[in-house]
Amino acid sequence: MNAISSAVRCGTGGLALRGAVAFYVAVLVVMPLAALVGKGGAIGASGIFHAVWAPNARAALWLTFWTAALMSFVNAVMGTLTAWLLVRHEFWGRRFLSSLVDLPMAIPTLVTGMMIVVLLGPQSALGGFFERHGFGIVFATPGIILALLFINLPMVVRAVEPVVRELDAAEEEAARTLGAGDIRIFFQILLPPLLPAIATGTLQSFARALAEFGSIVVVSGNIPMRTLTSPVFVFGEVESGEVQTAAAVSLVLLALAAGLLLAVRGLERVLTAHRQL
Amino acid sequence: MRIPWRPLLFVTVIGYLAALVLVPVGAILIRVLAAGLGSVLSELGRPAALHAMKLTAIVATIAVVLNGLFGIVAALVIVRQRFWGRRLLDTLVDLPLTVSPVMTGLAFLLVFGRSGWLEAPLAAAGWKVTFAFPALVIATVFVTLPFTLREVAGVLVEIGTGDEEAAVTLGASPWQTFWHVTLPNIKHGLACGVTLTMARSLGEFGAVLILGGAISGKTQTATTFIYAATEERQEGAAFGMALLLALMSMLVLGVLEWLKAPRRKEE
Repeated sequence: MNAISSAVRCGTGGLALRGAVAFYVAVLVVMPLAALVGKGGAIGASGIFHAVWAPNARAALWLTFWTAALMSFVNAVMGTLTAWLLVRHEFWGRRFLSSLVDLPMAIPTLVTGMMIVVLLGPQSALGGFFERHGFGIVFATPGIILALLFINLPMVVRAVEPVVRELDAAEEEAARTLGAGDIRIFFQILLPPLLPAIATGTLQSFARALAEFGSIVVVSGNIPMRTLTSPVFVFGEVESGEVQTAAAVSLVLLALAAGLLLAVRGLERVLTAHRQL
Repeated sequence: MRIPWRPLLFVTVIGYLAALVLVPVGAILIRVLAAGLGSVLSELGRPAALHAMKLTAIVATIAVVLNGLFGIVAALVIVRQRFWGRRLLDTLVDLPLTVSPVMTGLAFLLVFGRSGWLEAPLAAAGWKVTFAFPALVIATVFVTLPFTLREVAGVLVEIGTGDEEAAVTLGASPWQTFWHVTLPNIKHGLACGVTLTMARSLGEFGAVLILGGAISGKTQTATTFIYAATEERQEGAAFGMALLLALMSMLVLGVLEWLKAPRRKEE
């Protein structure tokens, strides 16, 4: 075996490290999640179904789902365009713009919510204007989507950027010399290699949106059946002692998140295989 | 007629980013200034606020240290070792990224809270976890678990084992190899991971709210302080702390961008 085996894997040393890591992960990750799954599953599949199908829970799940989906779609489009601009075009302020894209990741989600309330809440100039025309933003679903868009901005951009950087300009030039128009070039030459990366970023932002709490609890007003999302719903249930219901709904959301994580993993494998060609 | 893609792209993207990011950040700055910087600063100088800031700093530091150590060791184990369950471990450490903070809080509540799995033995030993300091640490360590690990693992994969193999052939012990060869090589990834961990710790809200209870002067971190202040209609304190957190986060982001910059030039 090579020299590294002796350096890191050697007998008891390597085993001790592995054990320590496994212990850390077991206590911090496996244990709490097992407790959650155990509590949620304690009432059985029918119990979970009833907890999730209750009017408030059901409405919350649907709201969470469609706002996340809508946001993901917009994010996919704008994220790709932003990545394209940042990679393919040189301009003054490009570095600043790139930092701007990373900003939402750094700012606490609670602060994000407050910024949106300050900017577009009923008491603000902009918000008041929209409200008078019957279009509430804060304490209504547009506020939720806006918060989600802000928070997930970097997801698609950062996933797509490296792929855009590696795009072969030769293919593009060849297509152009053969007479292809801009639209054709975009859809047949440029987009296909980007699709796995776009999908990865979009799925990641979708998963993140399903779990979002801090910004939404401030922005949405948490009106049951109208602006109450699942994470906020679970929070409410925990606060009022309905731990069983909270755990059941959490289980469903966890299952969704796990499924999405696996999908992203699979896509990443497709992506790396594709790039190695 | 060729469509002017370039200007269109510029306008669309820059307009989108300006509206989505710059404007809200500016709005909160204006709001704080409108309330009067003096009054906001005096609000932030009150004991509860100061304690919240101190608590956040301590918890974040602990998370950075614990997950930093874990990150290095686990990265070495996952990248350099081959064993049954390696893929599983790799997936497990990514889980905290997908779990909602509310669920994190609930999960640990089920373990450490009333009638929780570990509640009896811990109570017997006189250890209070929920609604006390340890809860804040546990919640924050959970949500920041993968950051340092992922950064260091990425570096380890990139640099390969060449340097370490050379050291071993020259007679270095495993510890010497680690300390003098591996560690300097991962310094950059480690720094990035630490920065990310710090940023995330500052912003953690949902889990510390549920597990800690936001008890003023005891378990109120900066974020839960803002939440409590908002509930009590103390706008000056809430927006002031929010701006402070935003500025700290931007500072941390600045550090991260600066760390990333030299590498971009190498590409």
